[in-house]
Amino acid sequence: MPDMVTLPYSAPSGKPQQRQFNPYSENGGTILAISGADFSVIAGDTRQSEGYSIQTRYAPKVFRLTDNAVLAVNGFAADGNMFVKQVRQRLEWYRHAHAKDMPLRAIARLIQTMLYARRFFPYYVYNILGGIEEDGSGAVYSFDPVGSYERESCRAAGAAQSLVQPFLDNQIYFKNQVALPGRPHPQHLPLTTVIELVIDSFTSATERHIEVGDGLEMFIVLAKGSPLHGLENFDGVQEMTVTNDGERIFVLRRNLKRD
Amino acid sequence: MAAAAVYSNPGFDFSNLTRNNFLAEKGIPLPKATSTGTTIVGCIFEDGIILGADTRATEGPIVADKNCEKIHYITESIRCCGAGTAADTEFVTNLISSNMELHGLTHGRKPRVVTAMTMLKQYLFRYQGHVGAALVLGGVDSTGPNLFTIAPHGSTDKLPYVTMGSGSLAAMAVFESYWRPNMSRADALQLVKDAISAGIFNDLGSGSNVDACIITANHTEMLRNVEMPNERVQKERSYVFRKGTTAWKKEDIKKLVLSEEVTPISGEAMDTD
Repeated sequence: MPDMVTLPYSAPSGKPQQRQFNPYSENGGTILAISGADFSVIAGDTRQSEGYSIQTRYAPKVFRLTDNAVLAVNGFAADGNMFVKQVRQRLEWYRHAHAKDMPLRAIARLIQTMLYARRFFPYYVYNILGGIEEDGSGAVYSFDPVGSYERESCRAAGAAQSLVQPFLDNQIYFKNQVALPGRPHPQHLPLTTVIELVIDSFTSATERHIEVGDGLEMFIVLAKGSPLHGLENFDGVQEMTVTNDGERIFVLRRNLKRD
Repeated sequence: MAAAAVYSNPGFDFSNLTRNNFLAEKGIPLPKATSTGTTIVGCIFEDGIILGADTRATEGPIVADKNCEKIHYITESIRCCGAGTAADTEFVTNLISSNMELHGLTHGRKPRVVTAMTMLKQYLFRYQGHVGAALVLGGVDSTGPNLFTIAPHGSTDKLPYVTMGSGSLAAMAVFESYWRPNMSRADALQLVKDAISAGIFNDLGSGSNVDACIITANHTEMLRNVEMPNERVQKERSYVFRKGTTAWKKEDIKKLVLSEEVTPISGEAMDTD
């Protein structure tokens, strides 16, 4: 809970007393997104904690915005939830005004302006936006709490960022790996490989970070007209698509260790 | 007279204290010690004591050791669970274990649990909480079963069931609900397992496995990893790197095995059999 702190001055009565209120808190957890040629995977664990206590074992950090955009939020959970709520409201206004869903790159720019609007009382949240671009390519945008953003093909954020990002750099960007002569590293990985890397990232982060665990929730966005790419072979895949002839969204859930 | 550098005063060395305080003031704090943000418990049952501990050691939010041992040996029939700064619990229990052995030798009889408790509390009080050891001490001696907690400042409690560490509230909730006097060995062991499990699953500072130790008048049974509810799951992919993956700039092979050529001078070969 946010703290109310009275600074340690034993002020005699009549003199002014300074009080301080810290409205922020840190709720642990980790999020991660990887894009492929015609898909995007956005994942997060479902544990919400404060200090050494678990507040809940199931608090979603990854949210479907439209049929081609998924937003993951990590940091201060209360700010994260309100931020997602407001982004969704702006997307609905856009739908009413233009009779279509906002394109991904426009959502990214919207999030930037919404974050920077609170430059001096920021949302204490790291955002990762994943989805499909208008040209049909998979995309990931990552943000800092005040709106600086960048399109990338892979990003981890949150408590175990320092554990997961180096692993992704090695496995996705092939950092510190020498390619065989005449066989360069691939630009994009297949969907099944990406899903396996995401699962392994989270089981490993759960092993070594106390704030990561309980459950893994993963959204997979496929480009318009794209085949399933082996997604049908994973257990418990659930389709979340709303519209008929556009991009498709799926959810994949896994249990993580609860200690 | 200044002593030669090879002779050092006994006990802790405080000579860097002023420097370290200055550095902390300038924004370079001391490195953080490994803390066993822990669940440790103990309870009395019909014929002795059962101690319990989880096996996670942490450095801030990072798990430093997934299967460490927190039940330390004091004497054959006295054991001590440690929470707090890992190094302090290790050294303080080692020291008191040595002194208990010597105590038994000087007096020609088995030292009691209160003796260990008194030695521990006097040592901890001397260091005013700077030796960060929170302990659960239990054992059986000539007076019967004894169970204590010792806080880092040196205060002690004598109770029929105790818990300590960051998971102490979770574990105590189990004890307060289900502990009753004169429990059977099996029931008491199950209660200790449940109390530690409550810590493992509900306290982020505790995790991995359950260790237990059953001490009775003529036998001590150390149950290392009695419960392992958090085994690592199978990875989805294999992460074996192809030979030649790591870049290299030059190759230089050194011959580490030295050989010399021996020319025999006399005709008779030495008998080597």
